[in-house]
Amino acid sequence: MRTVRRRALGAAFVFVTGPALQAQGVDAVQIVMHGNGRGAHACAACHGNHAEGNRLAGIPHLAGLPDAYLTRQLTHFRAEARDNPSMQVIAHTLTPAEIVALARYFAALAPPPPASVTAPPPALGIALAVQGRGAVPACAACHGPGGVGLGDEFPPLAGQSALYIRRQLEAWQQGRRPPGPLGLMGAIARRLTAAEIAAVAAYYEQQPAIPVAAASSKDVP
Amino acid sequence: MNARSACRGRLALLAAAVGLAGCTQHGASPPPAATARVLPAAPAAVAFTPPPRRAIPDDAFGAVVRQGEALFTRTGQAAPQFVGNALTCQNCHLDAGRLADSAPLWAAWVGYPVYRSKTGHVNTFAERLQGCFRFSMNGKAPPLGDPVLVALESYSYWMATGAPTHVTLAGAGYPILPQPEQTPDRVRGKAVYTAKCSICHGAEGRGREAWGRLAFPPLWGPDSFNWGAGMGNVNLAAGFIKANMPLGNGWSLSDQEAWDVALYVDSQERPQDPRYTGDVAETRARFHDTPMSMYGRVVDGHVLGSVAPQAGARPRPPSADRPAAAAFVRRRGRAAPATPQPRTTKEQP
Repeated sequence: MRTVRRRALGAAFVFVTGPALQAQGVDAVQIVMHGNGRGAHACAACHGNHAEGNRLAGIPHLAGLPDAYLTRQLTHFRAEARDNPSMQVIAHTLTPAEIVALARYFAALAPPPPASVTAPPPALGIALAVQGRGAVPACAACHGPGGVGLGDEFPPLAGQSALYIRRQLEAWQQGRRPPGPLGLMGAIARRLTAAEIAAVAAYYEQQPAIPVAAASSKDVP
Repeated sequence: MNARSACRGRLALLAAAVGLAGCTQHGASPPPAATARVLPAAPAAVAFTPPPRRAIPDDAFGAVVRQGEALFTRTGQAAPQFVGNALTCQNCHLDAGRLADSAPLWAAWVGYPVYRSKTGHVNTFAERLQGCFRFSMNGKAPPLGDPVLVALESYSYWMATGAPTHVTLAGAGYPILPQPEQTPDRVRGKAVYTAKCSICHGAEGRGREAWGRLAFPPLWGPDSFNWGAGMGNVNLAAGFIKANMPLGNGWSLSDQEAWDVALYVDSQERPQDPRYTGDVAETRARFHDTPMSMYGRVVDGHVLGSVAPQAGARPRPPSADRPAAAAFVRRRGRAAPATPQPRTTKEQP
């Protein structure tokens, strides 16, 4: 526990001393642990002290997700384009600078270990993740092998709460979440059955997330 | 879906000739309508669904079928001696060659042997596969009877289990798009590419890699298909794109967008046609005498094919020289690794 906390504080230290972060003039750790004093309560209250989330409650881990992705989601909540009453209220009170600072902070944290395996992942989930089904591409085709994530556009799925993944796929089916780049997740989710969604969500909850540094080099000319 | 049904009638005329369209080099073929004359009159396409993967038998034959599937999905790793680029079979034949309108292998299997004007003789399925390796994979044709060909034949044959033969199955080849309202245009095509393709294939068409491995295939440049490949024909590329791209949201582009972006992609430099005679104009006249090939055409003052890298495999660093790839392989265990690694997603340099 202490090790994890030290790592988190270390990451925060790197964060607040980095030139880009100083320029923001925002104390991300303060907001995460205590809120911003203008209505946003502490992120850690729900997402955990290390942004590890809460699998059973369907609260996603944020640690190690790409900062551009997190920024996009907070912006969607702020614009009420993504449906979640709590997050909409919170995002409304965040300034654009605070959103960017929080996204960078979370991106720099080490993701939590995967769920302990109590049962092997359902075959249906493995098949969809690795092979796809007909015109539904394999999840791995864009989210990377094992769901480790691929750039800012295709976030990691590995180790994410199965309940959360299921709710997101259902939100895309029902148009309650912006469908992402090129509308891909809306088009894909609408072709999935309830059984496939449950199975693939269970599969990814068991996959190990790979820690990434906040600095992502993605486009090389 | 209207466009989809509209394609079907014309598809029936051509699909058997297209067969393995992703690997077909139609450069020397007559236009589609003329190709169709070598076929018997085609009735309405016959519906067919390949057996599920789990039905692969657990016996000696099934083992070779599985080898074929592995070759199909991880071609460069499974048959490096015959592959000279970064592509796999399933980059152009989606869902491991199972997907209708993506030149599925079960439909190709029942379309061979077939007379092809390109070679001037009746081609077997195996000979057709050789062409895929030589052109689309920018590599070397495996000799007839090579285990690689036997495995791919077995896989295709198994997928066609229960299909009638010498017929055009629904979903064979790629859809034949009607002529667009406006002449295809590279400038419009580039706009489509930037908006809808570059997110995966990179701004320069070189693909993208993550963790030292290729994640999305290169569409042009030295690691893509060569000038002899079927996908270098704008009409075939347009049909593939219309039905299958962006991945996961096929049939979402307009016909015009599909034609425009196909022209843009096929107007880029790529490895030389292995039939290159030493002269671009002569090579065009002999093998690319069709309005659907941009080979030898002048684009922005550049003669396409004039600076193409030599066809065939080029020397590449062994994987040990690619620390990111090696690290990735090591890290694919059950437990989360201890030390953070930089996120290495990037476009292919």
